[in-house]
Amino acid sequence: MRDKRCSEDDVIAELESGMTIGIGGWGSRRKPMSLVRAIGRSELTDLTIVSYGGPDVGLLCATGRVNKVVTAFVSLDSIPLEPHYRMARQSGRVEEEPWDEGLLLLGLQAAAWRVPFLPSRAGLGSDLLERNPRLSMVRSPFADAEDLVAAPALELDAALCHLNVADMSGNAAFLGPDLYFDDLFLGAARRRFLSVERIVPTGDLLGVAGTEQRLRINRTMVDGVVERPGAAHFTSCVPEYGRDEAFQQRYAAAASTPEAWVRFRAEWLDVSEADYQSRRARRA
Amino acid sequence: MSHRPAAAMRPTRAEVCVVAIAECFRGDGEILANPIGTIPMIGGRLARATFEPDLVMTDGEAALVANDEAFDFTENKVVEAYNPYRSMFDIVWSGRRHVIMSGSQIDPFGNHNFAAIGTDWRAPRVQLLGFRGAPGNTIQNATSYFVPNHSPQVFVEHVDVVTGVGWDRAAAIGKGGRFHNLRRVVTNLCVMDFGGPTHRMRLVSVHPGVNVDEVVAATSFQLTRADPVAVSRWPDAGELALIRDVIDPTGLREHDVPDPD
Repeated sequence: MRDKRCSEDDVIAELESGMTIGIGGWGSRRKPMSLVRAIGRSELTDLTIVSYGGPDVGLLCATGRVNKVVTAFVSLDSIPLEPHYRMARQSGRVEEEPWDEGLLLLGLQAAAWRVPFLPSRAGLGSDLLERNPRLSMVRSPFADAEDLVAAPALELDAALCHLNVADMSGNAAFLGPDLYFDDLFLGAARRRFLSVERIVPTGDLLGVAGTEQRLRINRTMVDGVVERPGAAHFTSCVPEYGRDEAFQQRYAAAASTPEAWVRFRAEWLDVSEADYQSRRARRA
Repeated sequence: MSHRPAAAMRPTRAEVCVVAIAECFRGDGEILANPIGTIPMIGGRLARATFEPDLVMTDGEAALVANDEAFDFTENKVVEAYNPYRSMFDIVWSGRRHVIMSGSQIDPFGNHNFAAIGTDWRAPRVQLLGFRGAPGNTIQNATSYFVPNHSPQVFVEHVDVVTGVGWDRAAAIGKGGRFHNLRRVVTNLCVMDFGGPTHRMRLVSVHPGVNVDEVVAATSFQLTRADPVAVSRWPDAGELALIRDVIDPTGLREHDVPDPD
């Protein structure tokens, strides 16, 4: 089996400006934040981000890496509205292509299955199709002839996900309550990268996961694995750690003035990931 | 029952809202009751603990649980089934669900917005949540709304963007709208349904201590009225004990809707 271990910088080197990048997790839960921070520090621009959005989206908007967000929501969960994203949207700096949560699932699934679209009733009657011209209508070819919404395949140039544990080849398990749609993000992408809390020998994966049913990511779905304990901080990565609510509040407050953002950025973004992790450990 | 209970046991406005939410689920049977928010969650738990025992409810994360407690029950969680987000969409699309959502703007037919305020989508005046699951929810399973701050800014003639689908738009799409089922709106002031002409919003009851005129003044559009407009019922002693001692013992409900007295 191939050794796919790499660093955050190795992953960034695989990305290019203008790419469409999918980010796993949900809201402020199990986000690959060390990779997000690395993009935030990079020179990449004009990215399109596809995400069940949380601070991944907010941070990349605040750092000016993004010009379009494909999403059903952007929320910090315990802080319902993401303040950095709000600022970016209200100033017109960032475009939102709106999706229904379920349609987004179908778009990723269609890409993963290599079909052009999947049908749904979600979107009928709402303003979704008007605000998102990529969505379309399709008529059932069967006797019912029902008109449905077609969720187009959401093909991704790259996907970034954070899992609890993996082996060096990219077999990986989620140990928290929900896989969310990480498997679909990986399935929809040309280049696929994981960060994980720890890498273990393949023979230990089942023991760590406790059941095969948590081993939901297999190595055909993964090109690179970054081992980085705490990578999802300050989002939750149960059972290793919950959301760092105090830190999230500081992050949110940094949207209040340009000066506050400059200070937050100097302290928590324009530093190496190793320094970030040791600083936050000292803080706790 | 419109008489005022004894002072010591007098229910708060929040507790009246809890009962009004619970009543939204009456008759629903064995479906997923998915009330989103503090008072809605307490109301759903109350319905199940009393008159609607077959309801299925979540822990707010990835499990369906039997607990009466609405929050903080990790120590004695009784899990009925695993319900990650992917399974949640299976339930939504099957129709076996009644969701209660918040809303930032709602029009007379129940068209709903919590995505953005302002008509320029490229740079909205106020960016809110997004479309979330509102389009899929409203077109495929039963939906009600809870608004803790009934005001003319929420109840508007036209919403800036339609995230949740109202009765007029559902009718306009014909067959595709056949699973649309918008039920009620519960606010800090009153209960409304869509029993007016052509499914317009109709004032059904005002909460104890609220005048119809207050509701009218806090609503930007012409509100149809039931004849007569009733007074929302108080919780009975058993319900009050459940709310206060079991479902929400720390009183989170009072932060959602402060008591006017």
